[in-house]
Amino acid sequence: MKRELICIGCPMGCQLTAEVENGVVTSVSGNTCPRGEAYAKKECVAPARTVTGTVAIEGAALPVLPVRTAGEVPKALVHEVARALRTVTVHAPAAIGDVVLQNVCGTGVDVVASKNVTRI
Amino acid sequence: MKTVQLAIIGGGPAGLAAAAAAYDAGLRDILILERSGELGGILNQCIHAGFGLHTFHQELTGPEYAQRYIDAVQERNIPAWTDCMVLDVSPEKVLTVTGRSVGLQQIKAQAVVLAMGCRERPRGALSIAGTRPAGIWSAGTAQRMVNMEGYLPGQQVVILGSGDIGLIMARRMTLEGAEVKAVAEVMPYSGGLKRNIVQCLDDFDIPLYLSTTVVEIHGQEHLTGVTLAQVDDRRLPVAGTERYIPCDTLLLSVGLLPENELTRQAGAVLDAVTGGPAVDETLATSLPGVFACGNVLHVHDLVDFVSQEAAAAGRSAARYVLEGVKDSESIRLEGKNGVRYTVPQTLHRGGAPVTVRFRVGQPYRNAALCAYAGDTLLKRIPKRILTPGEMESFPLDPAAIPAGTDTVTFVVEEAQVQ
Repeated sequence: MKRELICIGCPMGCQLTAEVENGVVTSVSGNTCPRGEAYAKKECVAPARTVTGTVAIEGAALPVLPVRTAGEVPKALVHEVARALRTVTVHAPAAIGDVVLQNVCGTGVDVVASKNVTRI
Repeated sequence: MKTVQLAIIGGGPAGLAAAAAAYDAGLRDILILERSGELGGILNQCIHAGFGLHTFHQELTGPEYAQRYIDAVQERNIPAWTDCMVLDVSPEKVLTVTGRSVGLQQIKAQAVVLAMGCRERPRGALSIAGTRPAGIWSAGTAQRMVNMEGYLPGQQVVILGSGDIGLIMARRMTLEGAEVKAVAEVMPYSGGLKRNIVQCLDDFDIPLYLSTTVVEIHGQEHLTGVTLAQVDDRRLPVAGTERYIPCDTLLLSVGLLPENELTRQAGAVLDAVTGGPAVDETLATSLPGVFACGNVLHVHDLVDFVSQEAAAAGRSAARYVLEGVKDSESIRLEGKNGVRYTVPQTLHRGGAPVTVRFRVGQPYRNAALCAYAGDTLLKRIPKRILTPGEMESFPLDPAAIPAGTDTVTFVVEEAQVQ
């Protein structure tokens, strides 16, 4: 089966064609660097995304704290991860890298703060 | 009157990188002036990942990227006045500033770096027919509301314009539980990065309608819907293609405008295409000792390039203060045949190799970017793809420019229009 993809590895946005047989990528064309091939292989078999969003924070100048998954989570769980963030409230101060939610949705990936916020 | 060696107007990514680079080039009396309450500029509301791939080889979020440069400024003990607005810059580099903690005062600077960034094109610039209800926001305003104020402006969303902020907000509103019904783009191609089309629209099955615009806005108190229509090749609506989409929110992602009121007041020459000041290869404006970088100079799509450009402006400002200027023969740079403009607009013979940046006017495939001095080809760079949404970088060594050349012309060649 042929699958057409746009590589997201860099701003080039190469148009990739991947041959997928029995859940395995057998060839990739259209890429101009090794990242294109790696992206196509991953995207066709186990697509994953970094999820970013906010959680509620108390004691800070603003009501929300930006957060991110520390690594990528399976693409199919993106909505579930986003919903999980809405249940979290943290307290200022916060620093980049502070864990605000461990092992989000059983992915083995933590959600961490992505901004330094002081307590007011 | 307070004096400084270097005043930097704006504490976003451009101002921060300029400050650190000016310090490293030998300046010790630098002051950053920031209108908002914190440093970091627009990056503070850009909480998505993808910043810093070129510089740090990882996908940082906006606040994470900003923090690297805030740290760099703080490690160097460079002072920054936040909540402080610059009201005026005189050609003699006297800044009039106001702020709650500093009052109204004037500062005499030996050099100035303009790093004020840009703002969004508003509804009023679009001439859309219809009423004036609540629920119409620029995409960046909605971004601030959602990502910083913790407030979702609506539930059923149409986005006009496929610029990067609009695409990012399509995903963001979706993840916060809103329904994004469509993104309409008046041009036959998107102005956004490919990565954003894939990860912000395709991932969530949000349709992108090209050659389509909003022709009418409905609702009295609050927006109730918009009418979309296809447009022809002159961008005029095609009768019979109208469709009504109910929605309570319309986000506009229809372009960014460099914020150059201060530049204009100061009397610097502006470039009609970029909307920013005209600069030479040192990023010097037409006013001696006044430099510009980042989105106030021309709108960028990658912050990494803003940081690079701003560091160059900071080094140039330091050299101006410490060594003065050496005047040499100036060569004009121009864009033609698909190249809309160049930054810088001029360069000096005998200078160091420079990176000329510009955008093309339409998408091209299997084309080449060429620089000519008269009929002499100076350099040719093959390009598999060129799009208006992605700024091009063209390295050029002034030593390669023949004597007697007064203009170097950048063009797109051997192109098949997409």
